Amino acid sequence: MLTENELQLSADVLVIGGGPAAAWAAWAAASQGVKVIIADKGFLGTSGAAAASGNGIMSPSPENWQKVASERYRVGKDLANLRWIERVIEKTWLSLPLVEKWGYRFPKENGESVRQSYYGPEYMRVLRKNLLRSGVQILDQSPALELLLAEDGSVAGARGVQRQHHRFYTVRAGAVVLANGGCAFLSKALGCNTNTGDGMLMAVEAGGELSSMEASNHYAISTAFNATVTRGVPFGWASYTDETGKDLGGYIDGRRDPAFLPNALMKGSVYARLDKATDEVKAVIEKSHFIAFLPYKKAGIDPYTERVPVTLVLEGTVRGTGGIRLVDDNCATKVPGLYAAGDAASREFLAGLASGGGGPNAAWAISTGQWAGVGAAVFAKSLGARANERVARAAGQVGLRSNSFVSEKFDNDAIVRGVQAQMFPLEKNYLRSEQKLLDSLAKLEALWQQVQGNPKQDTVRDIEFSRRAAALTAVARWAYFSALHRTETRSEHIRVDYPQTDRNQRYYQATGGLDKLWVRRDWITDTLTTSPVETTATTPVVSKL
Amino acid sequence: MIELVSHKLCINCNLCVEVCPTNVFDAVPNQAPVIARKEDCQTCFMCEAYCPADALYVAPQSHTDIAVNEDELIESGIMGEYRRILGWGYGRKNNSELDTAHKLRQLPRPYQS
Repeated sequence: MLTENELQLSADVLVIGGGPAAAWAAWAAASQGVKVIIADKGFLGTSGAAAASGNGIMSPSPENWQKVASERYRVGKDLANLRWIERVIEKTWLSLPLVEKWGYRFPKENGESVRQSYYGPEYMRVLRKNLLRSGVQILDQSPALELLLAEDGSVAGARGVQRQHHRFYTVRAGAVVLANGGCAFLSKALGCNTNTGDGMLMAVEAGGELSSMEASNHYAISTAFNATVTRGVPFGWASYTDETGKDLGGYIDGRRDPAFLPNALMKGSVYARLDKATDEVKAVIEKSHFIAFLPYKKAGIDPYTERVPVTLVLEGTVRGTGGIRLVDDNCATKVPGLYAAGDAASREFLAGLASGGGGPNAAWAISTGQWAGVGAAVFAKSLGARANERVARAAGQVGLRSNSFVSEKFDNDAIVRGVQAQMFPLEKNYLRSEQKLLDSLAKLEALWQQVQGNPKQDTVRDIEFSRRAAALTAVARWAYFSALHRTETRSEHIRVDYPQTDRNQRYYQATGGLDKLWVRRDWITDTLTTSPVETTATTPVVSKL
Repeated sequence: MIELVSHKLCINCNLCVEVCPTNVFDAVPNQAPVIARKEDCQTCFMCEAYCPADALYVAPQSHTDIAVNEDELIESGIMGEYRRILGWGYGRKNNSELDTAHKLRQLPRPYQS
């Protein structure tokens, strides 16, 4: 264990994460005049799903707000929340001129900036530069591992390791924002291997709740040789063929059939060729989705004329909507002083159980980041000057500390492979059924028992990866337990044993628990308030809002 | 995955060590950094985007090792391709203004009946 030279810092607000939501949260908190530290496992600027690509942003101009909002609501299949959709759109629209002021150059049309998308690397470079100017202290390469809790149960900071200094660090803070992304189960989906569900585990250990975790099975198309650049737009102009070159179709009324590719891939190889792209289309998609063309160029492949095998990569809750449950407009969680933003938080208000991927999630990061940052700053101020003198304990358990008397250490890599074996296959996670979910949950339970054992902690990397293995196992269990208890098919949650959408199942499903999992149905009513109702769950409900 | 730190091009600035989101590189005193944990590479190409010397090559193959030849890669002109796309680097103007994503909706779609 590395116990010497522990770095001790204190701040009013600690933000955990290194993508857009974290950056916006840190800036918004600093704008309230409080001291802010932001700690990311990687590098704020390259970490996460946004930095490594480009993104549309759900930020229509005001004359289109109503149209876009109602379209978004429709996509959410009766589970989205119109008031939240509208406030996200408005906040995002009002915020993007700031990005321009900070140095980002948006494209122009008729002399006017069009602020509806960004190039990820440049966007994150600008956000980082702005944070440094705002006096925010950035801790890069510093994965947070656990929260600190005060005696009254409120959050008091966090503790983690510094990968390149081989030491622990502790940041005491009056409030904490979790903005460390969703969970893609180390699938290598573009930029997502930093998104391993750490925030969800930390929140639950502290007493927080998760929501819509059944929406955790989003898959995205990529080529098979480069099973990482998960950018679907260029494939909108693909023809799909099988091994023998036979055309497989894949479109309904000019739109890609979302069920086509998973079903075709469960039968055999699928090849794509972007041969429907006209010169006009090529000119646009090569500039909007440049990252999709970099692998082709390097591999010497012409995607417009050559057939390339494709695959589906699990993006989990990064483009799925599950995450930490928000309890108010300031993005507070159930834990006093703990806020959540971006993909770490449930995006059910924007998307129900459909994907929030791309534009909606980009807008969600900008808006919830700021609300969480301001909420955290106000909370921290309310504690007064002696907030960081509170007695605090470290809340991390699984994968960090063990009561096991067995000296043998659990094998991180084997745990990760075991989780992936349950989460990656389309047969298990795309087409779900009670039988398959119970079978997977039993296997995940066995992995959960293993991570109760002693973690390998010889190096900072061991410490980080042991905890990460535990987080991935925890998230997989919440995902499948939630999927088991939602007995209908809705959006991306497909139950082959309940193939219809059940109009009576209009609720957000909360989940949580560590050794003992639970779910709760929070019914969506016309007044958009929630009332907890017990489910027919085999595990008793142990938590109420 | 990352396959090459070109000793012919590297200026030992260690920026890749600093920016890699999955901490793949280790600095070496007075030398080019080493690829210390290739198995952690997620093929996100971000190190290439940040390398001021165009000295890194991330092969597009995300799950298999690929043998690369340093001289051939340099000769081919592919080194630094991501920076050229982004318009990053001394004497360049960043290309974010060339973003066409807002035009996607207006494009003709195939297979429309």
